[in-house]
Amino acid sequence: MVNNPINGLNKVFESRIRLGVMSILMVNEEINFNDLKQMLEVTDGNLATHLVNLEENGFIKVHKGFVGKKTNTTYAITKSGERAFTEHIRALEEMIKGMK
Amino acid sequence: MSSDQTNQPLRDIQDIRRIMDRSSRFISLSGLSGVAAGVCALGGAYVGYRILDNYYGHFDSRGFFSGDDFDRLKIKFALLAAVVFALAFASSFYLTWRKAQRDGLPIWDHTSRRLAWNMVVPLLAGGIFIIGMLRYDAWMFVAPACLVFYGLALVNASKYTLPEIRYLGYCEIILGLVNMFFIGYGLWFWAIGFGVLHIIYGIVMWRKYDTVKS
Repeated sequence: MVNNPINGLNKVFESRIRLGVMSILMVNEEINFNDLKQMLEVTDGNLATHLVNLEENGFIKVHKGFVGKKTNTTYAITKSGERAFTEHIRALEEMIKGMK
Repeated sequence: MSSDQTNQPLRDIQDIRRIMDRSSRFISLSGLSGVAAGVCALGGAYVGYRILDNYYGHFDSRGFFSGDDFDRLKIKFALLAAVVFALAFASSFYLTWRKAQRDGLPIWDHTSRRLAWNMVVPLLAGGIFIIGMLRYDAWMFVAPACLVFYGLALVNASKYTLPEIRYLGYCEIILGLVNMFFIGYGLWFWAIGFGVLHIIYGIVMWRKYDTVKS
């Protein structure tokens, strides 16, 4: 099949948590670990695993900083992450249109 | 394909939209907060009007103002402003807190922090500006300055909460600027801007956002 929208879907974003992280980072310049955890309602370990996965794919960048003596790790989306996620959204929209 | 699979893209898109919206804007702002703040402002304006009436009444009966009269008037107005602000802030905070509780959303997360910061910057600038003006007894500019700075704060904050608050901001700015050409009617403009506009805005927002959910 030519131009099957399913081809545009990105396997990385099949996970609900990774989908959530990317959605948040699309509209927030940068955000820290605790805010992500609070919004997505996930455990530390679970979130950390997915963040590592996204980072390895080059979709997000990690910045390790400090607030006082506490570590404050913030996350931001990369250009290629933005492109991949936009592509994914477009593929989803195509699929919805195709179903109607 | 099972119906579960066919609905997946739709559910994904809905999730993405919901998360984007929720993570970038503080959406728990209650319309009733606007109404409460407006009622406090109207009450305050009425008390202020009575204080002024009394002050000019004194002048008529004695034919002159004494310095003491004016000092007392200034203190009364400063106290009145502090009380009105505290009541308006407390009541609108409570109503917003109650809405957040009901929807199971946090009241203090990064969206409300960012909203608060973006409100505080123009308001603090305005507050200090007005205090500076008062050192030169420029009383007639207090109401327009309050309205303009508050309007700017709202326009700025609208990026971080319900977007409609922008229009309330525009109205406050326009009202403040018009007031600059009708100096001497400050209390009236103030009552319209902080009282009437808040109540109208609050009712509109309440009907739009707070009543749809059962």
